[in-house]
Amino acid sequence: MYRYDQYDQAMVDARVEEFRDQVRRRLEGRITEDQFKPLRLQNGLYLQLHAYMLRVAVPYGTLNSTQMHALADIADKYDRGYGHFTTRQNIQYNWIRLDQTPDLLADLAKVEMHAIQTSGNCIRNISSDHYAGAAADEIADPRPYAELLRQWSSFHPEFLALPRKFKICVIASEADRAAMKLHDIGIRIVRNAAGEIGAAFYVGGGMGRTPMIAPCINPFVPIDRLVTYCEAVLRVYNRHGRRDNKYKARIKILVHELGAEEFTRQVEQEFAHMLAQDIEPPLAELERIAAHFAPPAFETDLDESIDRADPDFALWVDTNTVPHKASGYVSAVISLKPVGGIPGDASSAQMRLMADLARQYSFDECRVTHTQNIVLPHVRKADLHALWTALEAADLGTANLDRAGDIIACPGLDYCSLANARSIPVAQQISQRLSPKSAELGELKIKVSGCINACGHHHAGHIGVLGVDRKGVENYQLLLGGSEAEDTSLAKITGPGFDEAGIVNAVEKATEVYLAQRSNGERFLDTYRRIGIDPFKEAIYG
Amino acid sequence: MKIITGNDLKSGAVTWWTGYEWSLHVADAIDAGDNAEAIAAREEAARRVNAPYVIAGEVNAEGNVRPAHIKDRIRALGPTVRPDLTVKPADPAIGTWVI
Repeated sequence: MYRYDQYDQAMVDARVEEFRDQVRRRLEGRITEDQFKPLRLQNGLYLQLHAYMLRVAVPYGTLNSTQMHALADIADKYDRGYGHFTTRQNIQYNWIRLDQTPDLLADLAKVEMHAIQTSGNCIRNISSDHYAGAAADEIADPRPYAELLRQWSSFHPEFLALPRKFKICVIASEADRAAMKLHDIGIRIVRNAAGEIGAAFYVGGGMGRTPMIAPCINPFVPIDRLVTYCEAVLRVYNRHGRRDNKYKARIKILVHELGAEEFTRQVEQEFAHMLAQDIEPPLAELERIAAHFAPPAFETDLDESIDRADPDFALWVDTNTVPHKASGYVSAVISLKPVGGIPGDASSAQMRLMADLARQYSFDECRVTHTQNIVLPHVRKADLHALWTALEAADLGTANLDRAGDIIACPGLDYCSLANARSIPVAQQISQRLSPKSAELGELKIKVSGCINACGHHHAGHIGVLGVDRKGVENYQLLLGGSEAEDTSLAKITGPGFDEAGIVNAVEKATEVYLAQRSNGERFLDTYRRIGIDPFKEAIYG
Repeated sequence: MKIITGNDLKSGAVTWWTGYEWSLHVADAIDAGDNAEAIAAREEAARRVNAPYVIAGEVNAEGNVRPAHIKDRIRALGPTVRPDLTVKPADPAIGTWVI
């Protein structure tokens, strides 16, 4: 994985000391909250429902065990012994003291981490496929490209005050495991007919109050023009994106209002102009970065067999491991969704265990997924039973990847000052209700948001739940038919909302319609797409 | 009634205006009446509280002050899904106070 060079480290260290001075001045009363707020937000420090919340960047979700250990230590030293892994492959701490934040950031910097650009109208943490470098179906490891874009976008002076926040995703497989088309820029690394590497650009996707699926504006940008093309897209957005209305300020609105064709024309025009400026870093720089992502020393001639005598272990293997590019290995998914648990939360003890297991079984690497789980990307099949045994003992061995209990849920009104309704209790109840039927239901992606901002990805759920405030009372709308995968679609609202108990019942009724109507091994989503929304509405509303 | 809430500048903890100081417990809050906005501004200027604002309060059946809206009741309590992290972790009925 990428290691900071002297410039990276110097920048991050300098930023910590700069913020230390800013905090000192705030505590001394030399600057007001209005003056301080943008400064703390530039360092990922929010004021949330109960306290300050710090969002820490995990670039493309990749962590080594030292970093995961450091995150656990921070949870104990500065928070209340746990952290929350998010749908942006970040981690958030919910109980941070302002006066301790500079020390916390200094501790992060010691392990090459920071919270810069995790807030504000700038280019945010770049996300990627959590199986990058391991997936059997990828054409390249997407992370060197994501890292190149991270270096380009960090502190980029032209893009630190965009009309709105900006999210970039890089993948390198036909399968989309990162919600690529629901980003401001989604990049798929591809090969053309000549076998050359390039980047397909999808621009203007996103969820929130106006969900959009990004159209492809260029199917093949030569890889030695990746940064230049990104810069061209950002320039057009920065020039024309709306600053008069924050609800219409994301690039998806610009693409929609101009039309994809006209937007593309303007990007291509800017791109042509920029080619003459030659801003692209030399390919040698990409190769230098790529060397940090060289595959680990996989063993060869490994035993492919797995002893499935223990049925609980066999279920976990079948559910929570995925194929690997190297024979004898798999990627193993650690579920942060125990039945009835809080999606994405991990205690410091669990984080330390995951770090130790990554060191022992996965070449020192783990990944944060956008579905709020942790992946050990390179595990020998022969080690799976020992790994699972350790996970089980720590309540981390739930076999529910992409099943009914593997629910995405934002922090909701239990933590978030923007939320209108609680998400976590709804997710917990759905998990408890449907988990016993998990095997029967098969792949089922349920996503819960506590407000229209859609941090819980409800638009992309096979079943989505949106919490709203109805005259001071929590109310929940049901949505069906969304997907964030390569078959991206946006879910539709079924009808009037429900109270907390009602929405759990409604979700269960939707699954009953599926079970009654499915044929030939269809997933819930397939059945929905075949029969449409009406049979579901009829069952739910009578 | 109008009650005033904010966050402690250093810790970020949710605090409530008692009439002469800030408390971590909403039950200590008083009706600040028509002076609420002025008190909030004065206290913020003196750095005794961060980001104060005035909300509607009510008195519950037990005679305790609480916010009228669920959002601020959760804010006063702590997360409903983690009783151990609330302001009254030993109270098994604390969750019902919110709804």
